Formats: sequence, structure tokens, C-alpha cells
Amino acid sequence: MALTTYLEAIRQGIWEEMASDERVFILGEDVGIYGGAFKVTAGMLEEFGEARVIDTPISESAIVGTAIGAAMMGMRPIAEMQFADFISCAFDQITNFAAKCRYRWGAGIPIVIRGPSGGGVHGGPFHSQNPEMYYVHTPGLKVVCPSTAYDAKGLIKAAIRDPDPVIYFEHKFLYRRIKEELPTEDYTVPIGKAAVRRNGNDISVITYGAMMFLALDAAKELEKEGIDLEVVDLRSLLPYDKEAVLESVKKTNKVILLHEDTRTGGFAGELAATIADEAFEYLDGPIRRITAPDTPVPYSPPLEEFFLPKVSDILRVARDLNAF
Amino acid sequence: MPDTKVIMPQMGESIFEGTLTRWLKNKGDQIERDEPLFEISTDKVDSEIPAPAAGVLKDVLVEEGQTVEINTVVALIGEPGDEAVETAPSQAETTGNGEGSATVRDETPEVAAAPAAKASSASAGAAGVRSSPLVRRIAREHGIDLATISEKGTGVGGRITKRDILSYIEQGGPQKAAPVAPQASPPPPAPAFKGPIERKKMTAMRRSIAEHMVTSRRTSAHVATVFEVDCSAVMKARAILKPEFERSGVKLTVTPFFIQAAVRAIPKFPIVNSSIDGDTIVYKRDINVGIAVALEQGLIVPVVKNADEKNLLGLARSLNDLGERARTKKLKPEEVQDGTFTITNPGNFGGLFGLPIINQPQVAILGLGGIEKRAVVIDDAIAIRPMVYLSLSFDHRSIDGGVADQFMAEIKHTLENWQA
Repeated sequence: MALTTYLEAIRQGIWEEMASDERVFILGEDVGIYGGAFKVTAGMLEEFGEARVIDTPISESAIVGTAIGAAMMGMRPIAEMQFADFISCAFDQITNFAAKCRYRWGAGIPIVIRGPSGGGVHGGPFHSQNPEMYYVHTPGLKVVCPSTAYDAKGLIKAAIRDPDPVIYFEHKFLYRRIKEELPTEDYTVPIGKAAVRRNGNDISVITYGAMMFLALDAAKELEKEGIDLEVVDLRSLLPYDKEAVLESVKKTNKVILLHEDTRTGGFAGELAATIADEAFEYLDGPIRRITAPDTPVPYSPPLEEFFLPKVSDILRVARDLNAF
Repeated sequence: MPDTKVIMPQMGESIFEGTLTRWLKNKGDQIERDEPLFEISTDKVDSEIPAPAAGVLKDVLVEEGQTVEINTVVALIGEPGDEAVETAPSQAETTGNGEGSATVRDETPEVAAAPAAKASSASAGAAGVRSSPLVRRIAREHGIDLATISEKGTGVGGRITKRDILSYIEQGGPQKAAPVAPQASPPPPAPAFKGPIERKKMTAMRRSIAEHMVTSRRTSAHVATVFEVDCSAVMKARAILKPEFERSGVKLTVTPFFIQAAVRAIPKFPIVNSSIDGDTIVYKRDINVGIAVALEQGLIVPVVKNADEKNLLGLARSLNDLGERARTKKLKPEEVQDGTFTITNPGNFGGLFGLPIINQPQVAILGLGGIEKRAVVIDDAIAIRPMVYLSLSFDHRSIDGGVADQFMAEIKHTLENWQA
């Protein structure tokens, strides 16, 4: 059986949904003739035609506005942001309009806004960001961050079928680095459900996105020292799987919160508060965070390497916490 | 400029409180950075603590004699010209990530007045015991008083961890708690003595010695053996070497000879240089010899590290240096740690020999009696020789009498055949 990349998994998911549901269409910059900056939409124009694979002007606000309008008319649009960094241009459309429609007059807005986020590819400050928290802070939206090819496909399909706006962040570092065998039959991954990637007893690492693989690498290393990490992949941030987080913390009693996003206002802070609030008496050590520092993503490769959380950071914090 | 907080430093890994014994500066004094500011006494060492910054000693938050946790703010250093703060809110405040338990031990009578409210509000029975929310919950559910297992903590700074409390419960928990663990709290008053008395708080060092001695007695199966050694050869060698050593600025006593005889014998009997960990014997590769040094207020055991790698001059020099610094309170914490064997000198004031208590977690301690001329029988004739009684207290859990005696015989042989 052939291995499917993370990128190809997203493409397959969109393709299958477009094939099975006429209401689904995609729009964005260069998604048609060019096949998308990263080739996520390659071949779709030929297969589904110009009416369902639409090249747009360079205006994220217009892309999202159009998608919202089409959704209100009964369509299921997928709006591609060429880089997730530029989703901020559509901030008002997303947060003030799409997120609020159901609350204001009961109108669901079934759109998916998707785009590549994350660093590690020397993209510099405008092409490497992790903008998820702006949207996690907006009730009415759903936010997902898949890390595996299986989840990438299962979550894009779930997002397309969801009756409300879903922001789908695909990590560009994983696009062609992650490959796995996928089921041939149709499946979805439920939004709001975490996955335990590694069972362990000593310390829980709660993470998502590309950092999940760092946690697994660190776990392999720490296993030699007798430190047994549990790795929980959140997969969805809004809503997130609070039960899975608390269950893991209650089992291991020590927790590291790991994300690639910057520190202040990052998701780790929200998790830390919830854990302290609801599992305080299960903690055998301080809640530790490993995140990028509070700066823009550096362009210089050595600086970017310094900026991004590393396996060595996890090793250091896990050892400290284990001895605590 | 904000004031610089002066904190009670951590003087060693397992130390988490210290007694501030003396202020060397007064409130309002001008001080230089690194100038000695106060003296502290912990259960390992006494030392002078330098000022972390220059300025004016703006406020003194901990009085002499008070015992506080590490990281407690003991004083504030302000800019020159700053007024001394007149408010004294909570006598001492703890910084760092210590948990919110008592910052001021209420065992010091001077502080019992105003700030005691804060101290007594600490969680029941666990004042000063480091643990975690999880451990406190488990303790509550199992009816365990954490204070009774505080010495079982294996986490950073002696913190009781989940593993510690779970293994305690697994081993039978509170119902089978240590039978005779003597508490630091005052014993029930014995039939009161009717005459006039004076009560004096033990110093930190005194308390520590008391604890260590009782713990050792409870831990090890103490047995002693005593050998008599003819010191003629050693005295002769010392007479020859003494002037030579003096030229190198080193005072030569007989002690280095005994250290060297012991460290030469140890490799042949490695069990003497071991410790016991549960059902395992831990042999130490390094030979670090602790030397008991009597002080005015107690005693301390500085350690000659890798004593087997030093010649007589090196041993004598280390001994002079450690002894001098022990008396002037200049020892560093690491210089009283990691001993693997100890030598003590009960003969200083004319004692024939002593039966010392083992310095835990070691398994043997050598006692040197006083050297004195005695009439001894040699080849059926009576001769006058400088003689000494050497005693060895050893832990019969791991060392049997035969081994101990062979070890002592080896030392005796070395000493009696010393070649200068």
C-alpha cells in the first residue's frame, strides 16, 4: 500500500468531499490553474471545473467574504489562505461576521478557512506564524491543527461537513515530511477529540501540530533514562478535549505544555489554568510550558532554530520535572 | 531603584533552612558589595554571607538566632540616602517557588509575638514540609501526617514526591511507622528538677549532631574492636620529617600517619569504604576521609577528598587547612560532604580509647587514642614504647569481626613498620 503524505491527505480529503457533495467548492489565490502554492489543489480545476475551483484576487477579506455569502446561500465553500499569516486580512469577516451569525440570527456559516502555518522552513516572519490563538479566542469558531496524515484527511472532511465555520491550520513543515498508510474507505476525525500518541506514566506532554513529533522523539530518548512520557495530541483547539487532558494529568501527575506558538497568550496558558483549576490536587510538580519566545519568527536560520522549541528543551524540562 | 533583597542562601543540596546567628552590620550601615553581612549556621556548615549589593542596610527582617527557610528575605539593601522603612509588615517574606507554608519557624521564642499568626496558619502538621498538591491529597486520604515522613523526600530540596508517599503507603504506611523516631519537639517533662535551672535553645549544629548521632545508633549495628599499636616508627619518622615539613609551611602531627595507614589498608578491605542502600552494598571508588574537628560549640567533619592520592605532605597540608578553616567557619558546604570513612581523635585529652558512633551512611570509623609511653613486653624483656590504642567502630550489618580485625591488623602493621 502506498504511503500518503500529509499534504496529499488534505488534497484527497477535499477531493473526496467535492466529488461526493456538489455544494463543496474551493476558492483562493492560485488554487486553480497553478494548483495552489503548495499544490494542495493540483488537478482540481481539470476535474471539477472553473465554477468549483476559483482563482481569486489577492484579497483574503474578499475570499472569506465571498465564502460566507456562498455559505449563506447553501454552499459549502473552502477558502484557502496561501499562507495562514495573511488570514489576519480577513479578521473582521471571520471574527465579527462568520463567528457570530449563528448567535445573532441562527444562521450557520458552513465554511472552512484553511492555510499553511508554522515555522521550521526558513520562511521568515510573514510566512511562518502560528496565528491560531486569535481564533481560539473567538467563540463561534472551531479551530483544528492536525499533526498526522490520517488526521489531516479526517479533519478536513469533518470540517467541510461541519455546519459552522472551521479554521483549519495545516503545518507546512509536515506537508511532505509526514507519510503514512491511510484507509481506503471514507472516514472523518471528530473535531474536539484529542489522541493519545504514546501512553506513559511519568509526565504528560500536551501538544499539537508539528511539536507532537518532537514530543515523541523526546519520549524515545527519555525512555532510556527510565522517564516515561505520555504524549497527548490535541488535534483540535476549539473546542479542545478537556477530558483527555485532565485524564492524562490525573494519571501522570506532572505535565509539560508544548507548542510552537509564542508564549504569552498561547494555548499552554489556557491549559495551565484549567489544569490548576480542575486537577490541582493531582499535581505532583509545577505545570511547565515549552513554547517559542515572545518575538516574531526570525528569518535567520540559526535564529529560527533557536526560536523554535527543540527536543533538547523537552529533555531538559522533563528531567527537571521528573526530579522535582 | 528598587531595594535589593538579601536572601537566606541555600548552602548545600539537601539544606533548606538556616539559622541567622549574627548580624555583622547594623541597620543604616553603609555596606560594600561582597562585604560580610551576616553569619549563618546550617546543619552542615557555618559561614559568613557577603552582601549581594552595595548600599545602605535599609532593613533587617530576621533577628539573630532565628531559623528561616532558604530564599527567605532577611534584609533589604537600599540606595544611599534611603530612609529606613518604618513598617515591618510580615517579619519575613519568602521569595522563590517555595510553597506557602510557614516562613518563620515558630520555634524561636523572639518571633512568637506579632508574626506568629502567619506561621501557625500553615497546613496542619506539615509546616515546612515540602510536598505537592497531589501528595497532600494522598496524605489526607490515608491519614498520614506528612511531618512524620519528611525525611523520606527524594525530590528537589527534599520534597516528598508522589513516588515517596506511594512507596511509604506500600510499605505499610502510617500504622507501621518508624517505632522510635524521636521528634524534635521537646520530650515530655521528666520528673521536674526542683532547683534553679537555665534553659538554652540548641544551636543548629547541636541539633544536627543530636539528630545524626541518634539516627546512626538506630541505623547501624555498632560493634567495636580495639588494637594496641607501637608508635616508635611513626614517632621517629615524624621527628625526621617535621623540620622538613616546617620549611614547606606545614605543621606535622601524627594524624596524617594514621590517615595514610588507613587509606593504604582500605583497598584491601573495600567493604570498609562502602555504605548500605536497602539490601545493596554500595562500594565507593574514591576514598574520602572525614576528620572530626572539635569546635567550641560542637564538632564538624571536613573531608580530605581522594586521601589515597595524597602523600604525607599533602595529607598534612589538607589537614592543617581544613582544621583551620573549620575553626574560622570558612568551610564550603562541599568540603563536609561525600566522606567515605571517618577518623576521630578521642585521645586528645588523655582518653585511652573511645568507641565512636559511625558517621552515616558510612560503615566504619577509626578512633585514635592518646599516644603515651608504656612499659611493654618485647622478646621477654620490658621496654618503654610510645603506645596508642586504636579503636574501630563498624557496622556489623555488612562488616564481620574477622574483616574488621584484619583491617586493623593491616593498619597496625603499616604503622609499626613505618619507613621515614
